[in-house]
Amino acid sequence: MLSRTAENLYWTGRYMERAENLARLLDVSFRAALLPAADAGPAADWQAALDMLGITEIYKTKYGNVTQDSVIVFLTLDTSHPFSIKFCIDQARENARALRATLSAELWESLNITWLEMNNITRQILASRGPRTIFDWVKERSHLFRGVAYSTLLHNDAFHFLRLGTHLERADNTARLLAAKERSLASLPPKSGTVYYQWGAVLRSVSAFRAYTLIYRDVIDPVRVAELLILKAEMPRSLRFCLDQIAASLDTLAMGRDLECRRIAMETQSRLTYSRIEHVESQGIDAFLTDTLGRVNMLGIQIGRDFLMTV
Amino acid sequence: MDAFDEMRGPNGTVAEAYQAVAEWLYATPSRLLDEKRREAEILFRRIGITFNVYGEDAGTERLIPFDIIPRSLAPWEWTKLSRGLEQRVRALDAFLADIYHEQEILKAGKIPSHKVLGNVLYRPEMQGIEVPGGVYVQIAGIDVVRTEPDRFFVLEDNLRTPSGVSYMLEDRAVMMRLFPDLFAKAKVAPIDHYPHELLRTLRSVCPAHAGADPVVVLLTPGPYNSAYFEHAFLAERMGIELVEGQDLFVQDDAVFMRTTLGPRRVDVIYRRLDDEFIDPLAFNPDSSLGVPGLLSVYRKGGVTLANAIGTGVADDKSIYPYVPDMIRFYLGEDPLLENVPTWLLERPEDLAYALDHLPELVVKETQGSGGYGMLVGPKSSKQEIEDFRQKIKANPEGYIAQPTLALSTCPTFTDEGIAPRHVDLRPFILHGKNSISMVPGGLTRVALRQGSLVVNSSQGGGTKDTWVLEE
Repeated sequence: MLSRTAENLYWTGRYMERAENLARLLDVSFRAALLPAADAGPAADWQAALDMLGITEIYKTKYGNVTQDSVIVFLTLDTSHPFSIKFCIDQARENARALRATLSAELWESLNITWLEMNNITRQILASRGPRTIFDWVKERSHLFRGVAYSTLLHNDAFHFLRLGTHLERADNTARLLAAKERSLASLPPKSGTVYYQWGAVLRSVSAFRAYTLIYRDVIDPVRVAELLILKAEMPRSLRFCLDQIAASLDTLAMGRDLECRRIAMETQSRLTYSRIEHVESQGIDAFLTDTLGRVNMLGIQIGRDFLMTV
Repeated sequence: MDAFDEMRGPNGTVAEAYQAVAEWLYATPSRLLDEKRREAEILFRRIGITFNVYGEDAGTERLIPFDIIPRSLAPWEWTKLSRGLEQRVRALDAFLADIYHEQEILKAGKIPSHKVLGNVLYRPEMQGIEVPGGVYVQIAGIDVVRTEPDRFFVLEDNLRTPSGVSYMLEDRAVMMRLFPDLFAKAKVAPIDHYPHELLRTLRSVCPAHAGADPVVVLLTPGPYNSAYFEHAFLAERMGIELVEGQDLFVQDDAVFMRTTLGPRRVDVIYRRLDDEFIDPLAFNPDSSLGVPGLLSVYRKGGVTLANAIGTGVADDKSIYPYVPDMIRFYLGEDPLLENVPTWLLERPEDLAYALDHLPELVVKETQGSGGYGMLVGPKSSKQEIEDFRQKIKANPEGYIAQPTLALSTCPTFTDEGIAPRHVDLRPFILHGKNSISMVPGGLTRVALRQGSLVVNSSQGGGTKDTWVLEE
């Protein structure tokens, strides 16, 4: 496969996943903001969303104060920065445009329709249809994208590069989300109702609320939430799950070659496979996440070197 | 000027090739047809068959309007036309081989030497070079117009990177999806195998070293090119890589593409990139679209380019008037298809005539394309004609003039209902090692504005499915 084709596939996967993650983050912030705030102001949840993405400065120079409506518009429709849903869908489609000969007709059409419909969404429509309707729609389109890819693409290199993008982005998102919450919620008094709502919101944002209750049959405990999202192999948005997928894809793509990216992936995967949450906690969950985030970034760069001839 | 209508014929009776179409139009309620027209538009938009218009905002994507009423040719009409096209392509290729080798036609005085050797599209780099399979023009698009039931003219030859074949194929696919019943009644010759024929043609002209399984790629300028959809479409249908210049590199007299498994040698490049952009070391040094060193590999026979470098000199409008002479000179045959009478404005007497008759002539730039930079006398205002007159006077060598032909019309959907609109036809001729082939028909372009004779998509033209009926 052409290196450029692989790169386009990888970024198509990444941007679709990022669009979905943004929709999830917005959705959960929206819900959290409806709850009575303990002592922080009503904008605290929106501030937290911006902080997590690291774009508070860009936001403030353009919009000033943090308000719900402005942040929603900023993260949904504003294409002047790379963390809006519209920007991601534009980029996913732009990358896919160069892949017309590689993608199945169904996959291209699905993405093209998403892009066409996203173009029709204005501030007015966002307000009149309700932001959550739009967030749900984005999630659905992303699910559809993955489903169509799974069932219409050849399960060859193209498929694996697409999945690499998806899972790297997802791992990055889960690690960031969890790290941000670890920091902001560390000061909460244990067992308070806020713990339930705040960590419950984290679980919901990664479709893991039900999974949590099924697996633990217990009240919501921050350490268990961390375990679920870091170490559980069966949880599709956990770091362990993402790294399993990445390692499997790289294993196929390497075709027996001893590639550095594969080594990094396997090393990271092993750490997630053989760690116990008690050890992670004793070292500091925050530190563990920061380390993993660093590895995921390094992995992204190394994939570029090994396959995409970008260096 | 009364145009000949292909469905109604000169005497008002429905032509045989249009029986099925006429019955269908008669029997289908107009509401249903309207619905189908909308459905067709949705299909085209969903598939993403769009083109970029130069001069509009980057990334502007437009649909080429599609007219659901097919254009139909009888089997004998196509037989005659295809023979003429084949003859023309043989002669044009022989001309290219000649001017890049012995130049017999120039020595014989059939064409003034300076018109060829002084032409900017003549590439001295190609002099004496042997091209694989001896073929220069693997893919030709020859524009044909019709003025009478039995009279076809060649309007121009496109021998560089002719486009439009994807519309021909998608128009048919959409028609078959919308109107399966119609195809059950009329015996329409299939065209779906075009990509297969194209690949066969490209493989047949691979360099000798390539062996039985040559690596063929399609080189595109990239997603912002107006024909990018077509490049992707053809690459997909042929199952070959769609590459950009940055994907290729030259090493040790060979061309390689960058793949996820390392470099892979390329044998045949179906390039949809003009000569001047293809190699910044040889031609336009500012081009970032091409492949540095490509020409040098090509000259040594390390890779095939389709079409060859330097074919533009044969489709230049100032060379066009000599094509009938080429047919006689190289093939010893009489031309089967007519040329449109052409005045070369570099000749003083032709120039004087043209300047006296501008309101009735069509004037074109010798190296223009896409319907840009032309004057259609009868459709132009006095001011437009005067402006054009100044342009011609400033540079007479840059222009040719032709009589305004009464192009045939076909019934077409318009805002005022079904009405006749002028059409042309671009058949695609494939020239491989020892073979010339074409799928029946071609791309019909239709001028959607009433009375307009300009069918180019960049000028508001649309397309129609083109049928050749089987006997």
